[in-house]
This record gives sequence, C-alpha cells and structure tokens, in this order.
Amino acid sequence: MEDPSSILHRLQKTFRSGVTIPESFRRTQLQNLLALVQENEQLILDALHKDLSKPKFEAFLSEIDMVANDLHYTLDNFYSWMQLEYSSKNLATRMDKCFVRREPLGVVLIIGAWNYPLHLILLPLVGAIAAGNCVLLKPSEISQATEQLLAELIPKYLSKDCYSVVCGGAEYTKALLENKFDHIFYTGSQAVARTILQAAAVHLTPVTLELGGKCPCIIYGHIDIPSAARRLVWSKFFNAGQSCVAPDYVLCSAEIRDALLPAVRQTLKEFYGEDARAGPDMGRIINPHHWNRLMELLEKSRGKVVMGGEGYQEDRYIAPTVLVDVEESDILMQEEIFGPILPILTVKSLEEATDFVNRRAKPLAVYVFSDEHSVVTTVLENTSSGGFCANDGIVHMALPGLPFGGVGASGFGHYHGRWTFETFSHRRGCMMRSWALEKINVLRYPPYSDSNLSWLRWATSAKKSWISCSIM
Amino acid sequence: MSREETVVVRARRAFQSGKTKPLAFRVLQLKGLHRFISERRKEIAEAVQKDLHKTEHGTELFETLGLEGEINLALERLAEWAAPRPVEKNLLTISDEVYIQPEPLGVVLIIGAWNYPWAVTLQPLVAAISSGNAAVIKPSEVSSHSAKVMEKLLPLYLDTELYPVVTGGVPETQELLKQRFDHVFYTGNSTVGKVVMAAVARHLTPVTLELGGKSPCYIDKNCDLRVACRRITWGKFVNCGQTCIAPDYILCEPSIQGRVVEELKKCITEFYTDDPKSFEDYGRIINQHHYRRVMALLEGSTVALGGDSDETQCYIAPTVLSDVTGGSKVMQEEIFGPVLPIITVSGVDEAIQFINEREKPLALYVFSPDNKLIRRVIAETSSGALLANDCLVHFTISALPFGGLGNSGMGRYHGKHGFDQLSHLRACLIRKLKMEGVNTMRYPPHTAKKLSWARFLLLKQVNVGKLRQMAQVTLFAALAAFILQRFFRST
Repeated sequence: MEDPSSILHRLQKTFRSGVTIPESFRRTQLQNLLALVQENEQLILDALHKDLSKPKFEAFLSEIDMVANDLHYTLDNFYSWMQLEYSSKNLATRMDKCFVRREPLGVVLIIGAWNYPLHLILLPLVGAIAAGNCVLLKPSEISQATEQLLAELIPKYLSKDCYSVVCGGAEYTKALLENKFDHIFYTGSQAVARTILQAAAVHLTPVTLELGGKCPCIIYGHIDIPSAARRLVWSKFFNAGQSCVAPDYVLCSAEIRDALLPAVRQTLKEFYGEDARAGPDMGRIINPHHWNRLMELLEKSRGKVVMGGEGYQEDRYIAPTVLVDVEESDILMQEEIFGPILPILTVKSLEEATDFVNRRAKPLAVYVFSDEHSVVTTVLENTSSGGFCANDGIVHMALPGLPFGGVGASGFGHYHGRWTFETFSHRRGCMMRSWALEKINVLRYPPYSDSNLSWLRWATSAKKSWISCSIM
Repeated sequence: MSREETVVVRARRAFQSGKTKPLAFRVLQLKGLHRFISERRKEIAEAVQKDLHKTEHGTELFETLGLEGEINLALERLAEWAAPRPVEKNLLTISDEVYIQPEPLGVVLIIGAWNYPWAVTLQPLVAAISSGNAAVIKPSEVSSHSAKVMEKLLPLYLDTELYPVVTGGVPETQELLKQRFDHVFYTGNSTVGKVVMAAVARHLTPVTLELGGKSPCYIDKNCDLRVACRRITWGKFVNCGQTCIAPDYILCEPSIQGRVVEELKKCITEFYTDDPKSFEDYGRIINQHHYRRVMALLEGSTVALGGDSDETQCYIAPTVLSDVTGGSKVMQEEIFGPVLPIITVSGVDEAIQFINEREKPLALYVFSPDNKLIRRVIAETSSGALLANDCLVHFTISALPFGGLGNSGMGRYHGKHGFDQLSHLRACLIRKLKMEGVNTMRYPPHTAKKLSWARFLLLKQVNVGKLRQMAQVTLFAALAAFILQRFFRST
C-alpha cells in the first residue's frame, strides 16, 4: 500500500501542472466515469449485493442511476458553471470589470460511507472533477466488495495522476488526515466527524460533513392513509432502513396510529410478500456488528413489537419491524436506528410533535404526512433540518437542484448537482480597475476633507447604481 | 454559570422564541444599527482615534461608510434574499413544490479584530441580523476603547438578548468558545483561527475564518508608475498598514525599482506631508507589542525611505525597503504595518513563481496596462481575491464574495454572500398524497418493467423554463399515470 503522503505529493504535483484546468480534460474524465458506471453494471450490482444484499432495483435507482444522472446533469451544465460571473458595481467603479471566478481548490479528500457505497463516494467525485480538482478517494472499508471494485476500476477509467483510491481502516484514515488537503468531504458518523474537524483545523482545511441523525416523520391531520403507508414503508425499509435520510421514527396521534398499522401491515405484505426474507426485495444489514447492535436495541426496547421482530444471524436479516408504545426515554430513541425498525410514538397535538422534534438534535431530514397544507406549513416553519419533504420520503435526494446536506448535528455543507461543483470551488472575487479617472480617485486620498467624503459617499452608495452619471 | 454561558443561553432562548423570524423584526434591528452609527458617529470616531490615531474622516471613510452601505443593501434586498428559491424538478415531482428555503442557523458568535474594530465586527453582524440569527458579539480587547464604546452603546439600539456584546480577553474568549454555537465567525490571524476551529469542532460547529497573509503586489514595468504608486501608497499606509488586504510587498523588475521608490516618496509626502508624525491623517501602530514586532522585521533590510520611529507614540514612519529577498526577516510573516518591501524579479514569470511558492494570500494585486498579463496572473495564481490596478477597493463591492482560502481563511461574506453564509439553505419538497398511481413504479415487488418506468420518472431532469418540453412531459406523465392506474386496477 503506497504511503498516503507520497500519493498526495503526486496529486499535488499534477494539480500544479494545470492539467485539470481545461474544460476538455474535465469533460473527458467525467465521460470516462460515466463509462465506468455504464460498462460495469453487473460488477457493481454484484458488489452491492455482496456488501448489503442490495436488491437489483435499489442498486439501480439509488446507486447506479444516482451517479449516472448526476454525471449527465453535470456534463450538460458544468461548462456554464465554470464561466465568469459578472457583478454589479457602484458608481465609483462603473468603468471597471468585476467578476467572480470559480477556481479549483487543489487536492481534495473524499471519504465514503458503507450504506450507499457507490454514490456516496462517486457523487462528490463528479463535482470535484467538474470543478477541476485532483482527488483522493477513501471508500468505506466496511463495504468491502464495493471498496475493492472501486480500487480496481477507478485507475482503469480515470487519469491515475489526478485521481487515486486508497483503502484502509480507521488507523489508516487517521494517518491520512495528518496530511494537508484543500478540502475534506466526509460522509459518516458524528464521532468520526469530530476527529476529522480537529485534524482539519491543524491545516485550516475546509470541511463538508454529511452526517445523520434521527429523521422524524410526523403524521397528522386529515390524511390518505394507504398512500401515506406506502410511501412511509418504502422510504423506511429501503436498503433495510440503512439510509441517512430514512424516516427514523413516527410521531402521530393514537387514532392515526390505529388507522396506520393495518395499512402498514398490508403494504409490507404487498411489497415483500408473506416472508420478506425469502423474497429478493428486502436488503440485509451490512455486517454482524450492526446486526447485533440492532437486535440488542429490539431486545432492550420497552416498546411493543406489532410487526416483524425476527432476525437471522446467518444472513444478517432483520424483518421489517414496527413497534408501538415507545416512550421518549426508550433505548430506540437514543441514537440513529439505521435499520428496519420503526418505532411509533404518540402525541396529542401537532405542537407536541414539533416540540418533541425541536428538543432533539437537528436531523438530516424532517418528514410530514398530511393532506392539510396548514399542517405541512406548521411543521416546516417550526422545525429545522437539513432537508424537508412533505408526503414522501427520501425522494428529495434525487433532485440535483436541491442542496443535499445537514445542519447542526447532521452536518454542514451540501452537494448534488451544481452544489457539489460549488463545494469544491473557490469563488475568487476579481476586479480589474481602469487606469482612467484617477481624478475621481483623488476623493479618497489624504488629506481627508468633508467635501471629498460626501462626494465619495454618494458615488459608492449601492442604491443608486442604475443611474448613469456623466460626471463619473 | 459563567457570564459567557448566561449570555449564550439567553440569546438562544430569545432566538427560540421565534422573534427573529419575521423580516419586519430584522429590518427594525438593522435600522437600529444604522441609527447607532449615525447618532454615535462622534463616540465611535473618538474611540478609533484613541485606539489607532485615526481622524474622524478616516474613521468614516474606512469604518462606517462600508458598514452603512452593507446595512442599506440588506434593507433593500432582505425580502429577496430570504424568499424561497425555486429549483428544477424531475418528472415525478413535476406537480410538486420544489425550492430552497433560507433559514437562520441559531446563535452565531462573532469575534472581531482590532484593526477596523467597527467594520470587521459589525459587518458580520449585519449578515447575522438579516439572516435571522442571534449573535454574540465579542469585539477585540486590543482596540479597547472601541470595545468599551460598543459594549456601552450598542445595547441601546439593538435587542439586548439577541445581540449581546461580550468584552474580555483570551480567558473570556475561551469560555465563550466552550459554549455551543451554530456558527462562529472569526476575523484575525491564522494561528488563532486554527485554535478557534479546533475548539468548536466538538460541537460540530461550522466556522468562517477571515484571516490574513502576505498580499503580493506585482508592478509591470510598462504601467503608469505614477498612478500605480499613488494607489499603492494609499492602500499600503491606510491605517498605518494594519489592513488584512494591504499590499504586503511589491514585486517588480530591477529596472524600475528606483522609479518606484521615487514615486512612492512623492505620494507619501503628498498624502502625509514631510512630517507624517505630526500629521493628523497618519495613524499609529495599535500597541507596543505590535510596534516592536514590526520594527524587528526591518532587521537585515535596506531602508530606501522612512524608517524613523518613536516607541512612546507607537509611531513608525511610512517606510520602504529595497532589494529585499524571499529569505529576509520581513518576508517571514504578514507585516501588518507601514513597511513596504520591494523584491526584484526578472518578470511576471518569476513573480508568479514567487507568489505560488507561498501560502495563498487574502488578496493579490497586479498593476499592468496589459489585460492579457493580468488574466495570466489570474489564471496562474490563487488568492482570496484579485484586484488589478488598485488596492483595497474590491472590499467595497458587495457583489464580490470577500474571503480567503488555504491559510487566508474559509467562507465568505459581504452582501448576499454574508446572508447565505449565516443561513441554512434548507431543501424543501412539498408533495401531495394524490397521484399515487405514478409512485407505484418504485414500490416492490420489483419487476423489470416497473424499474424502467421508475428510472425514467425519478431521474430524468426537467427544464421547466422550456414550455414546449413542459407540455410534452406533463402530457406524458399524465398519460403514464392514466395507463398505470388502468393497469393496476385491472390486475
């Protein structure tokens, strides 16, 4: 395994050579990345299946297509994102050129996660390439099959001098972080995020943190129960609940709960059949450690299991599970579940629901299901979260126009589409002043005087910038 | 509970009450801040005079003018900045609301600096207020008179719970940094910047760091040296060189070094008279510690102009050093004083190389009549900002993002950039529970047919601007929904 410092050194040298700057180079690399994804679909599906027993459907929708889609979108648009952005000026600077130039940062580090091991590392890569950076990729060692596949395919399709993949565990990552990067993009847990921030502070490296949290799902008011149940079940049990934006728990009234449970039961049967384990459409838990963690949560919870509850260690299967009578103090409510376990907590009012959410750390997403527009608006206006989706789950992620990221404990920074490009760019303010009109400049030179000052104040006020002035 | 903890808890409670949400409230506070500046002009000027030996005009020009501009801009544009920002949709969400809602972060900590104690402390406050945050303001204790005036008078114009001023030194700042903030905005030096970033890491708090560095100034031998040197003199010696974006050092060819020194001399005399020490519009070094620091930097270099000093007054004359090299003492750290080294280079190639061997600066200056040369410098170097043919004035353009990269910092502000920096841009998707037929594609049990529909609907992008496409697409989607409804009803 090549020493990270020497890989970094090599990438820095390449960056300094300026090879990643021309649009044509970036376009070729992006097209090659698209070819990587399109030409190796089966290999990718196999790796994802090996790591997470990911159903082919989910693998396409949430991994392969996410990356391909972002690539198409970026290929169509990144040239325009690269263009100079001219700005408005004030009267004193009328004759000058003011613009913002998007420039690459240099060598950036992207650390992936294991739950969507393909898109969580490749989506940031798309924007990093489009923005003209060199990249060091560190896929999660927990999703080993995908990690190995990426290590094998990336050097085959992308420029080896500009983009490298490194593999290793926690110790290796720690050593990696001692180096100076121009940006670190991390997806994962809060605990690791803290160490990353500490390491980044040493070098004044800017960071993007895509973390998680417990995404609440408030169900309230008049509501189409069957539709809500379907969308809830789909988003919860997708990838066996191992999504950072999965609805973690439900808050609803007792009446809604009573109406919801049979609908959920019906939906589970419709989606996964009588025995979800036997069918192809239910994923598995990533590894024994997490399977044990989840089974232990179920065991220690004081809630009542009304659906599912079984787990099989051999294939790390846990049945889609729903619990009721879960209290705020329950063990299931202490950390992000990240599994196919859905606690339902009851509240007596919408205010109680939003207060409950606000007492806790800001999540990556807040969900609300209701036919009533006022309910949706109330939840939107009275909570804070990375993203917000009414009457569905997860799908807001598929819109590249929306910035995907957290706030507070769920992280900071964002990406997807143009947002990734901006994350990996420096917005350099540039101003080219004219040589003429030095007489006007006189107003600002010492010795300072009252009359000079008032002329200058008038000339530099932003408000009247649309008035063209013959004096100037 | 310490004083700092109490203040933060109170600010958070005030924020959570929802007071800052209505734009009308924010406008009121911004107007209060504006009134503060107009009504207390005299007190502010007196404080800056005592801190930095700046005249009233100087203070207005460099502290309050910019601040007023920012406030006026925010008042004018607030509704636009705070409004939901619609974005493109895909086929599945074609009838949904998809937009970005800017939201306040919560409680922001603003740590000011001493060199422009009002501008760099209160301009971030304008951003914080307009984006709906509460803000704890910690002015620099080094500019002690300004800090005292801010502590005493600002509360008379702003909500005291939401925007408290906390004065103090290092221990008080450390105590503040132990509290949980939703964002920390720090202006100062890189060393403390690293400490701040590390200190708030445990709360996963994002930071904006406005740091400094050595801003290079390249003078092309073909430019109008008279005009160039005037602008450079102004940019360098304003505030006695204590400006984060002051041209730190000059790079030029040896053939023009003599003329540059000559022109600088003329301008210095023109601006600050033959005796800057007695001239009211020439400033002082903030304190003895910095005075000694700057004087020590002169060691080993040739003084071409100035050089005289008076420790009792923290006075250092406008000084120019010639034939300086990259290894000289004065090139080892940001000068932040009225000392202007000239380093000779063989041309723009060597200048670019010299600049790139060093940390990325907050600003880069290039003086040349040749736009091609200027664009080359832009393309081959990296800096927070670049200004051609002048110094400092890019600071006044609110449309330009003001911030550094690498050692010169992270994040940006001024105008809308400040508003966005201290906002959370929340992605919002408002769907309805209707049209469930279209959704069916993505539900298990999964079939190949469903998969291709789902891939099509979820992931194809739509440019809603193009009406023709839009019509086709809506028709298609409606048709698809209709067909599927029939399909599923019949199975």
